[in-house]
Amino acid sequence: MRFGGFIAALALVTSGVQAQGVDLSGEMSLQSRWYADRWVSPGQHSSSRVLVVKPTLRGQIGGNSSIEFTPLFRYDSTENKSTHTDVREAYLLTYGDWDRNSWELRLGISRVFWGVAEVHNLVDVVNQIDLIDHPRDRPKLGQPMAHLTIFGDWGMAEAFVLPYHRPRSFSGRLGSNPTARPISENAQYESGTDEHDVSLALRYSHAVGLVDFGISSFFGTSREPTFEAPQDINLPIIPYYEKIRQFGIEAQITTESNLFKMEAIHRHGQRNRLGREESYNALVLGVERAVYAPFGSKADLNFIAEWLYDSRGQRATGIWQKDLYVAGFLTLNDVHGTELSAGIVKDLDSGERNWNMEFKRRLSNNWSIRLEVLDDLFMGMNLTFSF
Amino acid sequence: MERIMRAHQEGARPQSTDYFQSSNFLYIRMVSIMTAVLVLVCFNWFHSPLFAQQESAEEKGLRIAQDASASNEGFGDYVAQMRMILRDRQGEETVRQMNFKVLEVPDDGDKSLIVFDQPKDVQGTALLTHGHINAADDQWLYLPALKRVKRINAARRSGSFMGSEFSYEDMSSADVEEYTYKYLHDESCGELTCTVTEQFPLDKKSGYSRKVVWQDTVELRTWKMELYDRKGFHLKTLTFANYQQYLDQYWRAGEQTMVNHLTGASTVIEWTGFRFGTNPDESEFTKTGLRRAY
Repeated sequence: MRFGGFIAALALVTSGVQAQGVDLSGEMSLQSRWYADRWVSPGQHSSSRVLVVKPTLRGQIGGNSSIEFTPLFRYDSTENKSTHTDVREAYLLTYGDWDRNSWELRLGISRVFWGVAEVHNLVDVVNQIDLIDHPRDRPKLGQPMAHLTIFGDWGMAEAFVLPYHRPRSFSGRLGSNPTARPISENAQYESGTDEHDVSLALRYSHAVGLVDFGISSFFGTSREPTFEAPQDINLPIIPYYEKIRQFGIEAQITTESNLFKMEAIHRHGQRNRLGREESYNALVLGVERAVYAPFGSKADLNFIAEWLYDSRGQRATGIWQKDLYVAGFLTLNDVHGTELSAGIVKDLDSGERNWNMEFKRRLSNNWSIRLEVLDDLFMGMNLTFSF
Repeated sequence: MERIMRAHQEGARPQSTDYFQSSNFLYIRMVSIMTAVLVLVCFNWFHSPLFAQQESAEEKGLRIAQDASASNEGFGDYVAQMRMILRDRQGEETVRQMNFKVLEVPDDGDKSLIVFDQPKDVQGTALLTHGHINAADDQWLYLPALKRVKRINAARRSGSFMGSEFSYEDMSSADVEEYTYKYLHDESCGELTCTVTEQFPLDKKSGYSRKVVWQDTVELRTWKMELYDRKGFHLKTLTFANYQQYLDQYWRAGEQTMVNHLTGASTVIEWTGFRFGTNPDESEFTKTGLRRAY
């Protein structure tokens, strides 16, 4: 696989800069999950034990270049499909000044984040998501890219050339899938060049006073699949990736105790749930409100409410069509960085509800623990060693 | 005081030559002369031993704050390493480590960048602050696991910084305009003499109703600060030690100790590796620079 060769080359470059001094950090995590009976297929274990290792190597090359390499190894003792490796980051970054502006060029595999919302970032289309790793956190798979940034007093302009498409990773656990039917590993593409289709993305963003905003566009193969279901229900369903055009805008207004957030997109070229191409608009509106030191404590309490809308309604491909997300975050601000959160998503059409609860606490300088309950899907415990 | 005198003199001077042609010329001239006489009289007062009693406690408090602030002006920029040792009532210790970078902005609040190194689970997390005088600061947080830059609320002034006894307010540099003052008395502090001044925050979001500050009369360094909460209770005491001078002008404490009298917990900040005049690129103190701060 060409992708693999690319990784190997970058790993080699990384080891090459060792003479300059390479900094090693990262984390190792032991994750246990206990699944609800209804999501356990015959022959599957009702619980899983997973080891995740994610080291990061960083090196400085001269005054204005650096390199980063972050592979991820995930070993699932109970489920083959959930054992995988990924390269989250493997890039060369160089930067400098140009006239009264600054520039940055990132070559290699990396992840970027666009957007301002919490529950779902409509505008965020550069990276594929990794559903194996976590169905709710939706961490990102590394994406090969050439990423140029130019910025100055006038804001920040970015251009991305994305020469390779990574299909979404799905866990073998049915409840973690959007479809409750096994998903084929062989994705189909609209583009004649399949996963080698080159996508382009542009973005302009800036912060003026209380407002941070961004305008973005994307031309290429969609990161979000639509599914083709064979008549024979014993056959896995097939992810299909269309060529799309997307325009997005995002804004956040930061006032003294409220954050007001908005993300909106127009997407063209994607098939709807009925299998027909349909242009659509989607919107997230949100507010985040902070209550500091309630009842004279050291804690912070944050409330988030986000409303999601998709113009396709029931024909929408994602789970977000007309939903309301409400969540509360309690940060104790203690030595252990203890955090407690709970959230609920309600489909305003069907009335269906999904909730989650989470508890995080630092045990020492290196160890931390996370406990979570994801609706009726699973209960999880992560014990993480950071170094 | 020099500033006030200058204001008087400027006020006494005709602003434009048109005045000489105007019919009011004579009147204005007379006013000028009278003002000049007044300034002269004032000038004599300043030099009389009576003067110290003429300046009100509020004026003297303000003057001390202005002088201390002026003596710190022009530092340009610096970097330093910060080690925070958190101790609870039982004496159990936790350590935080971070890198600190500051850029002075003329006529506005400073820009600062804090990059966390320990505890390891927040390694690489970075906080960018654009300080503003008489307005809320702008703050962005970089979360390396998500590669996300998030604009956050800078109103969280009284909240604890990383679980320590220092609040965000204690960590940020205070502008003279953000307080009213009242000088109390002089008092010996070690081998030095210190002025003791009360400071009253104007910001309603401040966690304090007042601060009592001990500053030496020679270099205007702060040695001690008593912090009173909104109810007037003496909540915390901050002491400074191991002062060193940089670039032959700027004093920085090597150690700051905050004791919480309510909980018995304390936090010590050890500052090391101060380097002034590193001439950082201004782009480091932007949202884009934040992405590569670590």
